[in-house]
Amino acid sequence: MANVTLRSVRKTYPGGFEAIKGVDVDVGDGQFCVLVGPSGCGKSTLLRMVAGLETVTGGEIDIGGRVVNGIEPADRDIAMVFQNYALYPHMSVYNNMAYGLRNRGMAEAEIKTRVEEAARILELAPMLERKPRQLSGGQRQRVAMGRAIVRQPKVFLFDEPLSNLDAKLRIAMRVEIRKLQRRLNTTSIYVTHDQLEAMTLADILVVMNGGQVEQIGNPLEIYEKPATTFVASFIGAPPMNLMSTRPEEIRSQLAGSNAADAGILGIRPEDFVITEETPAGGVALPLTVEAIERVGAETFVYGSREQEDQHVAATPGELPPGEVIVRIPGTGAPAIGARIRVAAVRAKLHLFSGDGRKRIEA
Amino acid sequence: MQKQAIFQSKLLPYALVAPQLAVVLIFFYWPALQAVIQSFLLQDAFGLSTSFVWFENYLELFRERAYFEAILRTFFFSFAIAVSSLSFALLLAVMADKPLRGSMLYRTLLIWPYAVAPPVVGVLWIFMLHPSLGVLSRYLRALGIDWNPLLDGDQAAALIILAAAWKQISYNFLFFLAGLQSIPRSVIEAAAIDGARPMRRFWTVIFPLLSPTIFFLLVVNIVYAFFDTFGIIDTMTRGGPGKSTETLVYKVYTDGLLGGNLGSSAAQSVILMIMVIVLTGIQFRFVERKVTY
Repeated sequence: MANVTLRSVRKTYPGGFEAIKGVDVDVGDGQFCVLVGPSGCGKSTLLRMVAGLETVTGGEIDIGGRVVNGIEPADRDIAMVFQNYALYPHMSVYNNMAYGLRNRGMAEAEIKTRVEEAARILELAPMLERKPRQLSGGQRQRVAMGRAIVRQPKVFLFDEPLSNLDAKLRIAMRVEIRKLQRRLNTTSIYVTHDQLEAMTLADILVVMNGGQVEQIGNPLEIYEKPATTFVASFIGAPPMNLMSTRPEEIRSQLAGSNAADAGILGIRPEDFVITEETPAGGVALPLTVEAIERVGAETFVYGSREQEDQHVAATPGELPPGEVIVRIPGTGAPAIGARIRVAAVRAKLHLFSGDGRKRIEA
Repeated sequence: MQKQAIFQSKLLPYALVAPQLAVVLIFFYWPALQAVIQSFLLQDAFGLSTSFVWFENYLELFRERAYFEAILRTFFFSFAIAVSSLSFALLLAVMADKPLRGSMLYRTLLIWPYAVAPPVVGVLWIFMLHPSLGVLSRYLRALGIDWNPLLDGDQAAALIILAAAWKQISYNFLFFLAGLQSIPRSVIEAAAIDGARPMRRFWTVIFPLLSPTIFFLLVVNIVYAFFDTFGIIDTMTRGGPGKSTETLVYKVYTDGLLGGNLGSSAAQSVILMIMVIVLTGIQFRFVERKVTY
């Protein structure tokens, strides 16, 4: 049981490359914190710094009230689950889980109790004598989890633990990890590039980009009020539609509010409705339907705007300029080539400064 | 599904393998067959008459005390060369595996000795450790060691082991380095988080994961110590002083070419042939499967 606090943590490599540019995060006792961001954003580096596998070149990492900057990984009282599981291939499942306990000089009887308890929770009991290569991906993943929980550490660290599993298993394991964490109530830090995993697991979500924190908060709060255009397009799938407010078509609809000094307008695909009306204070756009994607429960309509739009902030998952995604429930959709009109109400508009770095409340 | 090349002519495939087959037949099977035949023959001292003696050469060999001594000596040499060369190479590989400034240079230098031919290795070491010419001999004597491998059999043996092991370190080093680099970093990091200190990490995780490499190298080193040390022994001690550095292979040479006992020499080579077949068999059998995990 412990808090984890990062205070202006920095990482600069000897070559001068700055991987982490000053990060402040506070994870409360028993909370599940998810670091999310595109590859190369520094999230894994940050996690490895907490684990003690990378040195900290600036700031402080505090676990349970103790600054651990110079402390060996073994003495930080943490456990880590790796992306490739990192099981010891020459040891049985039992020994994989017992290894960390033996290294700490625990009595065999106590080790046995703990390993069997973990095996029971993770449904590994029938395969304790097997070697890792005799297990499926999901089972290996559970052994890696078991190895972490038998130690009863202060903090669990997860480095993209589900990315080697197939889609179905990933969802099942995601739920299992969440249940397990709630049950053990152990502070956890989890790294992923999958925004869906991030949204579903996190108590606190940390969105990272280019070695910096873009936004920290409750996942729904971040979804509803993204602080930057990066967060807006990274969190949520399909991504938020971002468009410049400069064209007359949009500028005129936004007139008469402090939205006037905003440079970028964002509207989530699900906040659009196909309608001929224009809600008061809202925004309506005429579109030509370019493509339709039916996924069963909902349909994505890809439309292009009459006017060419200028390119706004380059962010992952961004749509080409002038293209708009509309998400509608059910399977009924307009025909390709049809001209439609979509609108969103005032409350669903997101406004950002011209550089996309600042949210402006309408 | 097997991949099969289709040839227009039935003769072409045979023509293509013929050169290789010819080399193998002429340079390997033919002499081997000659050795087997020779081992059943006995020549008189002047080479004027030859008689067929069945297994007499073999029986004679097993009655000879010197032969058993040579066997024991060869086993001891092989063991000593393999163990010292493997352990030293492993130590170097572990150190070279660390992120190091100039590690490429370091690795390249460590691989060089492999390119040196065994007789040259012998000459190099004898230059350093020759009782009257050797640079190092002077220091050894200054330390109060009565260093004279030309007279002292144990010192001669130590010298052979040293030179032979040194030559093989490069080869072992290469395999160990590759073996170490194929161990996933995250497994070692997991062990570090699991509370294992570097030494314990090495013995409980790295060493077991290297065991297939170690086993493979052990067999290779034994074969090397058995057969490829001839050049080193010949340039350094010529089997002497006395017979203190005469291994099985060297004995084949001294008995046959120097002693003129072609029958016995041939019988000895047949026995060596059987040994190498057994060793290769063990190697194929175990290298295919993974050894301990």
